[in-house]
Amino acid sequence: MPSMEKGLVVRHLQVGQDLFEMELITPGIVPECQPGQFVHVQVGQENYPMLRRPLSLYDVDRHLGSVVFLYKVVGEGTRLLSKVRAKDSLNVMGPLGRGFSLPREESNVLLVGGGVGIAPLVYLARVLVERRCQVRVLHGTQTRDQLAAFVKLRQIGVEFMPATVDGSAGYKGLVTELLFKKIDPAWVDCIYTCGPEPMMARTADFARKYGITGQASLEEHMACGVGACLGCARKLKVQDQGYAKICKDGPVFNFDELDWPGV
Amino acid sequence: MKKETSRSGAALKPSVSVDLGGIKLQNPVVAASGTFGYGSEYEGFIDPAELGAVSVKGTTLEPRPGNPPQRICETASGMLNSIGLENPGIEVFLRDYLPALNSRGVVVLANIAGNSVEEYARMASLVNDNGGVAGIEMNISCPNVKQGGLQFGTDPDMVYQVVKAVRERTTLPVIPKLSPNVSDIVAIARAAQAAGADALSMINTLMGMAVDIKTRKPVLGNIFGGLSGPAIKPVALRMVYQVYKEVDLPILAGGGIINGNDALEFIMVGATAVSIGTGIFLNPYLGRDIVADILRYMKENGLKNLEQIRGVAVDK
Repeated sequence: MPSMEKGLVVRHLQVGQDLFEMELITPGIVPECQPGQFVHVQVGQENYPMLRRPLSLYDVDRHLGSVVFLYKVVGEGTRLLSKVRAKDSLNVMGPLGRGFSLPREESNVLLVGGGVGIAPLVYLARVLVERRCQVRVLHGTQTRDQLAAFVKLRQIGVEFMPATVDGSAGYKGLVTELLFKKIDPAWVDCIYTCGPEPMMARTADFARKYGITGQASLEEHMACGVGACLGCARKLKVQDQGYAKICKDGPVFNFDELDWPGV
Repeated sequence: MKKETSRSGAALKPSVSVDLGGIKLQNPVVAASGTFGYGSEYEGFIDPAELGAVSVKGTTLEPRPGNPPQRICETASGMLNSIGLENPGIEVFLRDYLPALNSRGVVVLANIAGNSVEEYARMASLVNDNGGVAGIEMNISCPNVKQGGLQFGTDPDMVYQVVKAVRERTTLPVIPKLSPNVSDIVAIARAAQAAGADALSMINTLMGMAVDIKTRKPVLGNIFGGLSGPAIKPVALRMVYQVYKEVDLPILAGGGIINGNDALEFIMVGATAVSIGTGIFLNPYLGRDIVADILRYMKENGLKNLEQIRGVAVDK
């Protein structure tokens, strides 16, 4: 069951251009946390911005009772969040949403992240390694300044393959080019992806082409975070009558539940 | 000796219970339609039975898929929404969602929205005959549906017709929810009263929009949406004041309430009960917190009940 609590910020640092990592002691919500779920964070004390911001679980430390977020400053809410200091408290609700379904133990798993979309894949990588899976992570960014997640991924002990558009680190080009060129589909049992929709669509193409199952983590503007306001609507399949709610039906969906119109 | 009772037996704890047009509420805080789903969504956070009442998600005769995304957008001290009355239809609501609310002991307001007078009347009949509902809140003011909704709420003659049709089909308290997107709110309120409304609910959201300068398009898929949150509180207070002054009906009032002070302001301009909505998204425990704030104010000011301050700010 999710809950609300005041989390104590114990670590908050800038790890790239507009990219921040924050760790909060939240013993109440930690035991429930699953990879792919999110926490709804109150970023302001005033009336604006008043809506919470959904942040995916970048990492969870069950011994310390802490959650870690990796977020990018994209607007007023995240800009305010970036000003929070260690020892400050933040009101958080969570964990919320449907996370990743885990593969059987000892699977070969490919994770494909784009930009800050790498965040939920890092906690997933940790849990997969605990399940004795072989994990390979592809991470695409504009430039090497956005690759901070490698620190955690290296510590978790998974294979890390970066791709930068400007060629400043790893493969020069899009992460999906790297995927199609360098990954042997025969090795892959399942794929998880999070990032820009065109990147996830292309990753889903790869999975479909080689008959591999997979899941994608989506995002949409949210208000309540619990399925009450129906704000974060998304048509999963083009022909669907109704809309799924990213906060409650997702944010994680199976590739075969999704169409990628306009991509 | 019980803590709340003095030696003489007189109640020392102030009473926050109210009577909203024949509906007994244990406290004056009502979750506004569309902000609290069907009550179970906030499971793990708050028991909906703690609230005075829950007005459930706006329900139509037939299921509605709602509007295309983007449906919400944060604005200065508020938000725009264009959900478009996404709901599974009245039959599914009564069959699949209402029983769970009843078993929890929640006071339920059914919120109905129609495309025609006849649709409103049919839904009123269905709700009336089904039971399990304390009152009918009539959404005659939704800004997010192309037919019905707002057009009923902006014309006094239409308001009279539609409220009267519902009145004739139910013995339950009838509570039309008024739109602020009108030039004369008092005329609308009078029409609702003449048609037999038991109480008034106000205000619905204010029509607005936002533009994305990157895409150079409206942010919302529906272009226009309803503005809610603290940004609209002054407008809501003014309208409640005007209606309370001129029309003798209990008012379920809200618009941007995020704490007990806000709720007390509405009560002082005439509200019998207060509705919370956007504020719940920030604080799921808002209803509980507001009741505590109100009780503290009552104790500090030696109040026994809310009638003592209802409408005190209105020069009536």
